[in-house]
Amino acid sequence: MTIFPVEKIRADFPILKEKIRNKSLVYLDNAASCQKPQQVIDSIVHCYSHEYANVHRGVHTLSVRATDRYEGAREKVKDFINAQSTKEIIFVRGATEAINLIAQTFGKANIKAGDEILITAMEHHSNIVPWQMLCKETGAVLKVAPIDLQGELIFSEFEKLISDKTKLVSVVHMSNALGTINPVKKIIAAAKEKNIPVLLDGAQAIPHMSVDVQALDCDFYVFSGHKLYAPSGIGVLYGKQALLEAMPPYQGGGDMIRKVTFAETEYNTLPYKFEAGTPNIADVIGMGAAIDYLNEIGMDNIAAYEAELLDYATEKARQIKGLRIIGDNNNKGAILSFVLDKIHPHDIGTMLDSLGIAVRAGHHCAMPVMDFFAVPATARASFAMYNTKEEIDVLIAGIEDLIKIFG
Amino acid sequence: MFDDLRDLYQEVIFDHNRNPRNFRVMEDADRKVEGFNPLCGDRLTLFLKMDGDKIIDASFQGSGCAISTASVSLMTEIVKGKTEAEAEDLFRQFHEMTTGKEDKIDLEAIGKLAVLAGVREYPARVKCATLAWHTLDAALKNEQEAISTE
Ligand SMILES: Cc1ncc(COP(=O)(O)O)c(C=O)c1O
Repeated sequence: MTIFPVEKIRADFPILKEKIRNKSLVYLDNAASCQKPQQVIDSIVHCYSHEYANVHRGVHTLSVRATDRYEGAREKVKDFINAQSTKEIIFVRGATEAINLIAQTFGKANIKAGDEILITAMEHHSNIVPWQMLCKETGAVLKVAPIDLQGELIFSEFEKLISDKTKLVSVVHMSNALGTINPVKKIIAAAKEKNIPVLLDGAQAIPHMSVDVQALDCDFYVFSGHKLYAPSGIGVLYGKQALLEAMPPYQGGGDMIRKVTFAETEYNTLPYKFEAGTPNIADVIGMGAAIDYLNEIGMDNIAAYEAELLDYATEKARQIKGLRIIGDNNNKGAILSFVLDKIHPHDIGTMLDSLGIAVRAGHHCAMPVMDFFAVPATARASFAMYNTKEEIDVLIAGIEDLIKIFG
Repeated sequence: MFDDLRDLYQEVIFDHNRNPRNFRVMEDADRKVEGFNPLCGDRLTLFLKMDGDKIIDASFQGSGCAISTASVSLMTEIVKGKTEAEAEDLFRQFHEMTTGKEDKIDLEAIGKLAVLAGVREYPARVKCATLAWHTLDAALKNEQEAISTE
């Protein structure tokens, strides 16, 4: 195998040169949001400097140029996740908005009192609350498949919860609180036996592995740009064309219509039917640049390198007395969630920050996961392709020192 | 190591975190209020024994970070023997101290609580220090429902 060009990659991320409290930044909060390469930053500057106008509306040159770039990014997203058509790629604000969109359109049209929606016990709040809201409105019931103490889905229990009443299975591809990667192929196969559509929350998975929505055969796949080295405020809803065609629109307004009179309105075709109003043009173009950047490195190479980082960090963490990994299993992406005996995660977070190390301390928008493991919060180091083993050494040394100080 | 943090994590704070004072359930409490910081998961239950408008005993249960544990531990010590009005005044001063208006603080009254002044420089941690006092405030106002700093 060729050597992963981590130093070359690091040089592309200007923020990695930043000093934090006079120390070199060790950025290990990538699961919350990751940093942007110069190529993405430049693409946004270039957009506003040379190719910005509203899209889909003007006959003038700049508008055509902006539209080409915007639709070009949609093409890149389509190829990146191997969707069949750009009609299946809807731009939204992020994973959260995508899930809410599905709940409010697909959900309201297809889910009725007594029906069931099946999720898992490791979901992010954004894949819990929209369904609770829908259940409250419709009288449907939210079912939750349990996880075990290693932080893995108990698949046999999941299977038992699939019933004739299940109208949607919505599960996280990779958990942000634990790092666990769900057996999505098995999940989808089990749901397909009963013709139940499956939504995958890919917010965490997408920067860590290559995703092929056709091979997966999922019905919906959602993710946010900001965790994919792309700008914040932009995300993607992938949906199979037939499902999207059948769904009522989400918001009404410009762009999503074909013809409006006061008597009635004819909706636009896909994907515009779901993109009411002026979209986030520059950030979509930025996401296109992020995808170009990732394609050049190769998602499989990234996955292999990050697996090495995670193994290294896990091995070292296991040797620290009093450290407990939350989500200790062998099907994980590059996330190390942990607690320390008698030291609260917030103290860990502040202490590590003073060494220039950015980790997340908290419930990670997954309070039910915290309850399950009976911890108020965890500290979480989450790795990206620009992190190094040396940075993990800094983290581990920091943890060892703070344990000494707390005594 | 951690030199920058000396102002935040003073030895007194480690001491109160390791050995919190008044850490017990009070069976005959007159006031019992829960405080919760949803962002951190800090949770505490504060118990007060009153004699008229005087706090004659204070204790707590719960779990939180070193800052919040030390803060509530120190608070239960200092409010014992204080009237409601005196305790409210301490709350006001503590609030000033942790949110940055130093000139309005009576250092003598605030005593040991001054070790928590360092949180001023850590906006993300101010709530850890003030949870105890918001909970006390609710207890003094006799609010029964759980209070939250969010
Ligand atoms: C697994 C998972 N799902 C959904 C989300 C929500 O993403 P966003 O806040 O970008 O909408 C996140 C973000 O933390 C996540 O980790």
